[in-house]
Amino acid sequence: MSFKESALREPLVEGNKSYKDVTNDITNSIFGTPTKGWFVVFALSVALLLYGAFCVTWFVYYGIGTWGSNKTVGWAWDITNFVWWIGIGHAGTLISAILLLFRQKWRTGVNRAAEAMTIFAVMCAGMFPVLHMGRVWMGFFILPYPNTRGPLWPNFVSPLLWDVFAISTYFSVSLMFWYTGLIPDIATIRDRAKKIWQQKFYGALSFGWTGSAKHWQRHESLSLVLAGLSTPLVLSVHTIVSFDFATSVIPGWHTTIFPPYFVAGAVFSGFAMVQTLMLMTRKLLRLEEYITLSHIDSMNRIITLTGSIVGCAYLTELFTAWYSGALYEQYAFMNRALGPYWWSYWGMMLCNVVSPQLFWSKKLRTSIFWTFFLSIVVNIGMWFERFVIIVTSLHRDYLPSSWNMFSPTWVDIGFYLGTFGLFFTLYLLFAKYFPVIAVAEIKHVLKTTGNTPAREAELKAIMDKAAAVDAA
Amino acid sequence: MGSKKFLLGIFGDEDVLLEGVPAIREKGVKIYDVFTPFPIHGLDTAMGLRESKLHIAGFIYGITGTSIALGFMTWANSVDWKVNFGGKPFWSWPAYIPITFELTVLMASAGMVATFMYLCRLAPGVQKHIMDLRQTDDKMVVAIEIDEHTDVNNLTNILKSSGAEEVNTKVIDDWYRYKIA
Repeated sequence: MSFKESALREPLVEGNKSYKDVTNDITNSIFGTPTKGWFVVFALSVALLLYGAFCVTWFVYYGIGTWGSNKTVGWAWDITNFVWWIGIGHAGTLISAILLLFRQKWRTGVNRAAEAMTIFAVMCAGMFPVLHMGRVWMGFFILPYPNTRGPLWPNFVSPLLWDVFAISTYFSVSLMFWYTGLIPDIATIRDRAKKIWQQKFYGALSFGWTGSAKHWQRHESLSLVLAGLSTPLVLSVHTIVSFDFATSVIPGWHTTIFPPYFVAGAVFSGFAMVQTLMLMTRKLLRLEEYITLSHIDSMNRIITLTGSIVGCAYLTELFTAWYSGALYEQYAFMNRALGPYWWSYWGMMLCNVVSPQLFWSKKLRTSIFWTFFLSIVVNIGMWFERFVIIVTSLHRDYLPSSWNMFSPTWVDIGFYLGTFGLFFTLYLLFAKYFPVIAVAEIKHVLKTTGNTPAREAELKAIMDKAAAVDAA
Repeated sequence: MGSKKFLLGIFGDEDVLLEGVPAIREKGVKIYDVFTPFPIHGLDTAMGLRESKLHIAGFIYGITGTSIALGFMTWANSVDWKVNFGGKPFWSWPAYIPITFELTVLMASAGMVATFMYLCRLAPGVQKHIMDLRQTDDKMVVAIEIDEHTDVNNLTNILKSSGAEEVNTKVIDDWYRYKIA
């Protein structure tokens, strides 16, 4: 049963839509031929992807000695990019799980695309540690399967193995959550499809969904439990990633603040990437009435909150390094801020600590230009953060004779660019051939949160009453 | 062979449907199923459906995952192949928490999704009979199974008086045929 939503809240769907309008607005772009712009961006993405594939083939053949990593800086661009992508992959499940449990209805406009983005980002992230193994064809050694080497089990008390479980679980659960949500929407497309291939394609992918009341009941039960399971899961993933660092004895890594600090940073960068993609998607697919300024405002608030947590964490780290009295810890932080990689540290500070504070201004928070600009700034900042944590902590270790600098080779750069190619290729295919907005979920909240005449009347009544009180 | 006939009441508003369904059932009419384009909260109780027990299955799958993870790591590290890490206990259970947690979540989710697919008979390529194409768009379809003994006029009146915008008949000839796209 629909429950009451105050008319004072901004409508989540603008333009007094009927259910049919919702179906048409969201599925129209699927049936048409892609626009010229789509083809251009898609071709670019595929080109990047192919170049990435070339670089991967190159270093799998010649070995990862072709990377810039060296004896001192053993983890460099690969792990930086891994943590960066996995962080970006945090917003989707946060939006679909945690905001569902918190009954934040605005999530319905953005959850589907954000979840897709999560899945693609995790795919990009997973490539880095797997390929960092070097002899990637032996990657299955990390799995606990009965083998002829004893059987020798993987080290279950190592954070690197926890990571294997955390990321594969996160990917699988996010994928299942996303796809079960997509099934009814694919059925909607199937029943509108005119071309034979579309009927067959969406028919096969809709799994035979009919919209039966019993099925919906089970679907709702499933979604709720999956949301409940994904909530601790999404928090656990970056916590476990942070354990890769925090359980070591490297100055600058060995800190208990890492898990919450990493999770906040992940949500921060994830929402920034959602903003970047959503602003483009709503414009290209003309979905401004579904992804409104109020959605953008809400996400900017989350960016400000998590950005402030990240800022606090940076300052806490600095204070703790000074207060600990530990010489090596203090040196690690001095070296970050004033050493040869000072530019990455101050870049990180500027992008992550200063820039999200601009969103305290409502004018900037609801400005499309500023949101787009700052969403990119935030992701640059978050990349710097991982680079600072990884490379600057490693490059000057306990033995000054082994101090070293790191610079990426063309293979490193190509691999990173290739993951952008993969990400955007998949996202563009998704945005073209699948509903970027959860059709059924929007219809579910349409009556209570849409811009209906009843709601307008109610709002007017409230405003008149307020005016009368003011006058009295 | 295997032919079934349905009377379909087409509704256009969820609140009308929620009042209409109990009204239809009060007249002693057995509703075959209601097809809706989006979930409507309260429709299951209005139709007299049992509560879903899917979450109980999820709990059992989760507990299974917990037991497998804890049991396996305990066995591997303290029975099958003991490794001495600087004299630390072989059975270092706090370090088992992350993997135990992940496997619990994974098995609960995968098990529930598989159970959901099985119960609803959903699988890649399955095609089912659709009563009315608008049931995945903007209309809610109340399907009532009828045969030659049914008083169709009376039933039509009941559906109309309960709020149905239109009433159609649908004959499905090959009801039991399993179709693959």
